[in-house]
Amino acid sequence: MQPLEPLTILIAEDSAADRMLLSTIVRRQGHEVLTASNGAEAVEAFRSQRPHLVLMDAMMPVMDGFEAAQQIKALAGETLVPIIFLTSLTESEALARCLEAGGDDFLAKPYNQVILAAKIKAMDRLRRLQATVLEQRDLIARHHDYLLNEQRVAKAVFDKVAHSGCLNAPNIRYLQSPYALFNGDLLLAAFTPVGDMHVLLGDFTGHGLPAAVGAMPLAEVFYGMTAKGYGLSETLREMNAKLKRILPVDMFCCATLLRLSFQRGSVEVWNGGMPDGYLHNATSGERTALTARHLPLGVLSPQTFDDRTEVFPMAVGDRVFLLSDGVIDTCDANEQLFGVERLEQVFAANRQPDALFEEIEQALRDFRGEARDDVSMVEVSLLDAAQLSPPAPVYSDSGQSCPLDWSVSFEFRAATLKRFNPLPYLLQLLFEVHGLRAQSGALYSVLAELYSNALEHGVLGLDSSLKRDASGFARYYQQRSARLDELQDGYVRVHLQVTPKGEGGCLTVRVEDSGKGFDVVRVMERPVDDVRLSGRGVSLIRQLSHHASWSDNGRSARVEFFWEAQA
Amino acid sequence: MSVVTEVSSDGKKLTISIEGRFDFGRHQEFRESYERLNSKPESIVVDLKKATYLDSSALGMLLLLRDHAGGDNSDIRVVNSSSDVKKILAISNFDKLFDIS
Repeated sequence: MQPLEPLTILIAEDSAADRMLLSTIVRRQGHEVLTASNGAEAVEAFRSQRPHLVLMDAMMPVMDGFEAAQQIKALAGETLVPIIFLTSLTESEALARCLEAGGDDFLAKPYNQVILAAKIKAMDRLRRLQATVLEQRDLIARHHDYLLNEQRVAKAVFDKVAHSGCLNAPNIRYLQSPYALFNGDLLLAAFTPVGDMHVLLGDFTGHGLPAAVGAMPLAEVFYGMTAKGYGLSETLREMNAKLKRILPVDMFCCATLLRLSFQRGSVEVWNGGMPDGYLHNATSGERTALTARHLPLGVLSPQTFDDRTEVFPMAVGDRVFLLSDGVIDTCDANEQLFGVERLEQVFAANRQPDALFEEIEQALRDFRGEARDDVSMVEVSLLDAAQLSPPAPVYSDSGQSCPLDWSVSFEFRAATLKRFNPLPYLLQLLFEVHGLRAQSGALYSVLAELYSNALEHGVLGLDSSLKRDASGFARYYQQRSARLDELQDGYVRVHLQVTPKGEGGCLTVRVEDSGKGFDVVRVMERPVDDVRLSGRGVSLIRQLSHHASWSDNGRSARVEFFWEAQA
Repeated sequence: MSVVTEVSSDGKKLTISIEGRFDFGRHQEFRESYERLNSKPESIVVDLKKATYLDSSALGMLLLLRDHAGGDNSDIRVVNSSSDVKKILAISNFDKLFDIS
């Protein structure tokens, strides 16, 4: 036990003899003594000198001990100032009154030194216990405030990053707890330069700060690469490599990544460790599950990571629904999971698509009584491309050193075509020419179409008419990845030529491939506004660029872009 | 004990059995179950027969075990998973890293 530290003890006693006697005893025990001869003096002495403990006579003139005890307790507030009543009263009612008035103990007259010393010790223990509890409570409260403040700041910083995308686009609806970040949930969306939309719903292992720290680098990679025109595979490889490098072994991020292409009418999906997403067909009412085919991000090494995606056709009005495991892992009182079947019942009962989130939330409440705070849901629908307005890219350079007369040629061969997407590099190069920036969307789209035509129909020899229906669509993309895997030789050549023209200029793009070519005359006879799933590329190119022409039996495509004087 | 460890008599096989919820609360016990061994076992069996539930931090613990046991060269079997536990392992595609039955 701790040795007793000297205390300051207030003795309130109207009898001068008793006061003297008590003071002597208490001083001899090593404490400092203050005295008062009535209740009012005692309150005053407490107010001015804050003693640790009070010995209080019950019966005193001016103000009695009961009243003084109440006032002292009120002044002491949360601090425990033990009050020991000194009393010659013996009937139990009077003794009880001492405690009711706020006294902590009583001592019968005449005084027994040994018992008095023991009671002071016991009361001091209580006093110190109370002080420790208060100190710890305040410490915890302070830490809690710090933590909340840190979370608030971290969230504000993160929101700047996360909301730099297009979560407010008219075709996105989502539901997330305001502090989802600290549950490890992450939702990102952004337009690609060609006007496609990338959406990521992720779920880091764990809760709190550890779950939140990985979100920032993931968001940076997502936005950076999406804005530069990289596809899902390259972005996924980069995100996985980054997370693998920075996260501890037992941390990873389950994620579903989507690419909605409004112009092509398709959705590309990669799901690593997330619950099934759903593709709702608005016309047939059918639901296609978007099942996890991969390990979460941050588990596999870059060498073993699998970036293969699946592509599904999507028509205007179709919706993709993604959710976090907070939905299906919600437990009821008996540890039963809400589960996929119950979720599918909600889908089946849904009549108004816009009410789906509310219906799921209601079903979770009915099931459990209260909703978990880590439920994230997002629904993305395919709109007519014209209804969306991707933001214009922002350039940070001044435009004073813009190159205007140059040409360059590339040849991308088989081993490169397998894994490398040259478009972001080519486009970065072209956007050094300021006059081209105003038509960046068209330029991206046309280059993307020229390149994928050259690669898919030229080098890989894929038949675009396969894409006429939904099952053929899936087969087309299976063949694409199979043939790319097996590719031994072949090339795509890209020639870019920029020439000044008056105050403006002209860009000529030629793309050649090693394929068999196609019947140019027959394809050119088709109407330009073709709305089938297949063969859109050529008409898109003809709409968005000047003087589109094909030669060498379709193996060589040529387009031009013009710009006028800069403002 | 909710994490029970057993080493075969020749010291080559380690069996770790989990009872009840396999979540972050088991983290310390689970790590100790293989870290305190003097010699590295050749194969490891994680028995989930009595595990009722498994969350993402349990998946993280399995990754730690795999890493400790040699990563791609490890030999770890996860056995006796209930259908709920199997579902969770399947969604995460952990069958690509572990032999699950």
